[in-house]
Amino acid sequence: MELHFDQELTQLKDELLRMSAQAEQNVAGALKALVARDPALAHKVDADDSQLDHLQMEIDERSIQLIALRQPKARDLRFIIVTMKIASELERIGDQAVNIAHRAEELSGEPLLKPLLDIPQMADLARGMIHDALDAFVYAKPDAARAVIQRDERVDSLNRQVQRELTSFMIEDPRTITRALGLINVARHLERVADHATNIAEEVVYLYEGRDIRHQTG
Amino acid sequence: MDSPQSSSLPIFRVSSLNFWYGPKQALFDVDVTIRRNQSTALIGPSGCGKSTLLRCLNRMNDLIERTRVSGLIALHGQDVYAPEVDVIELRKRVGMVFQKSNPFPKSIFDNVAYGLRIQRVGKADLSDRIEASLRKAALWDEVKDRLDDSAMALSGGQQQRLCIARAIAVEPEVLLMDEPCSALDPVATAKIEELIQDLKKDYTIVIVTHNMQQAARVSDYTAFFYLGRLVEFDATTKVFTNPANQQTEDYVTGRFG
Repeated sequence: MELHFDQELTQLKDELLRMSAQAEQNVAGALKALVARDPALAHKVDADDSQLDHLQMEIDERSIQLIALRQPKARDLRFIIVTMKIASELERIGDQAVNIAHRAEELSGEPLLKPLLDIPQMADLARGMIHDALDAFVYAKPDAARAVIQRDERVDSLNRQVQRELTSFMIEDPRTITRALGLINVARHLERVADHATNIAEEVVYLYEGRDIRHQTG
Repeated sequence: MDSPQSSSLPIFRVSSLNFWYGPKQALFDVDVTIRRNQSTALIGPSGCGKSTLLRCLNRMNDLIERTRVSGLIALHGQDVYAPEVDVIELRKRVGMVFQKSNPFPKSIFDNVAYGLRIQRVGKADLSDRIEASLRKAALWDEVKDRLDDSAMALSGGQQQRLCIARAIAVEPEVLLMDEPCSALDPVATAKIEELIQDLKKDYTIVIVTHNMQQAARVSDYTAFFYLGRLVEFDATTKVFTNPANQQTEDYVTGRFG
């Protein structure tokens, strides 16, 4: 027999999944706006961010009510706390998408500095990390969450590569500085998105194993 | 099952304890350690053996016919079921508070004095000991002006605190509590729960409760029983945030039992 409480937990989970789908979509939209030099699309990403903010507030409210009324324990308690924390990471991912959209808007008025290769790859990797971290959450797969964490290094290394390449552009030709800095910032925002996805994956491990794996060296 | 890590000294060591009511076995091979100045909650669904274990600790089960026990319950290393043990002395050291408050139909003063008079505490000391006990039971301020009134005139919550005062008057080491709040309203329950946490300073507490919130609030260690077996025994924070056993998880999250 399914408890009413289980239904409430399922509703909370569904709301988090709506939020993660929106966050992924915003990151994808921001990147598309950058690549396609589409200021209208960039503007839409900016506007859509308020949906993420609202979803986060709804998740927080629902979670606080469940804690107050149901006194959850053990896995239920971890589930609700982790859901709130993941919602907070997704909200920040949304903020990074907005940052990228703003750079896209600025850069759309300037000539293309170089064909974009590494940045779209970073974006794909970061989005994949969000997606897989949430899959690990839904399907109770802490090992899959651990695999997501491993992928952060690849995004970090692409970010360093982008910084090096664009720095050399700026050294050779100071007229590229504005555009190069814009792209450096985009790469940095994507690197932050991957960090948030890593945080989500760490929360998933905590949810299913009860083990806090954050801030571990080596 | 070994006791959780703790620096405090063991008072009770229960090992390989089996218990029968006639032909029916109620406890199977229970190992548990009760530590000094800690409160240990025994939880589990009805019939799991938690009250049976509690009542073994001061041999209250002796009062039931055709019961049988095997294994060891050691209080400070001494087998409480050894033939030379004075059961009255044991119950003085290991006091008990019951589900339903059971004051004697006497005055408030005489209720607390009862055990002290049996111990032949002199008149000179009696009043001081009674005041101290009532203070420890957080009842003094409510009854100090009417100590000669009948205990039966007190509210349910006050009666239960009186029973606690009566139990601690004889200065036991351990207080066993069998569902001490189940007949009380939430305000009286909150008072008893506060009291339990205060009493830990001086006593060791073992409490049986059906109320898991209560176990979580008042205990340092929680033992989960099912069908007469000890399933999990650990720090209360661990049991209620991340239990090791699936049955414990299902029970504390309300999905079973």
